[in-house]
Amino acid sequence: MNPTNPKDYHASHKPIIWSLFAAGGTVTALLLPALIALIALAVPMGLLSADLFSYARIQDLIANPWVKLTIFGIIFLSLWHAAHRMRCTMHDFGVRADGLVIVIFYGTALVMSVILAVALIK
Amino acid sequence: MKQSNGHYLRSTDKYAWYLKKPRYIPYMLRELSSLFVGLFSCIIVWGLYQLSQGEVAFTAWTQLLWDKLLWVNILIFAFAFYHSYSWFMVTPKAMPIKFKGKRVPGFFIIGAHMLLWLMASVLVFALFFYGA
Repeated sequence: MNPTNPKDYHASHKPIIWSLFAAGGTVTALLLPALIALIALAVPMGLLSADLFSYARIQDLIANPWVKLTIFGIIFLSLWHAAHRMRCTMHDFGVRADGLVIVIFYGTALVMSVILAVALIK
Repeated sequence: MKQSNGHYLRSTDKYAWYLKKPRYIPYMLRELSSLFVGLFSCIIVWGLYQLSQGEVAFTAWTQLLWDKLLWVNILIFAFAFYHSYSWFMVTPKAMPIKFKGKRVPGFFIIGAHMLLWLMASVLVFALFFYGA
């Protein structure tokens, strides 16, 4: 193989995986700390009333298709960002069974994305 | 680095190399932040699934999240915050910007991202609070 010969070039899946990783990294960097603070910390820390998270209110918020789409976009990107980065991190930890790592991490991200889509459509 | 024979040039300690030098620790913590980012995404998927199952299931989820999982939430928040901070700190290297032929200074690119992060965070709270 000669790297300077265009005939030796082949299509790679890397741009797709990497662009999902980068998009996910940026979206999670911008939104996740606020989302965690809002959903997981604000009520137990006494910043917000639990009434804001009542079943009826959340159901009402989620009913909007744009909200559904936005939530799916954020969580989907965040899942794939985490899956890809953990795949690389497993390599850093000395785990060389990349095939198994792919199945575990990409598999989890895929299953979670499907559950999310089903839960939002229902 | 992988050599042509498939072996690694520095393979003496492939499981614990990052413990050898202090400056490798922040790198590993930064990469590990993705585990907590992924964990939180899974918690949200779980919550939305519970929401689709009705009021009893959803309330059980919020109670568990706020009561038993509080220390997990704090850990997740700390790692997510570190992810954001480290992600924006490398933006001048990841996307160097030129303006009128001159490199825009790094602190300007970082500052702009940090400001965007603050605005996005306020927006998340405002949309949730005033939405619906």
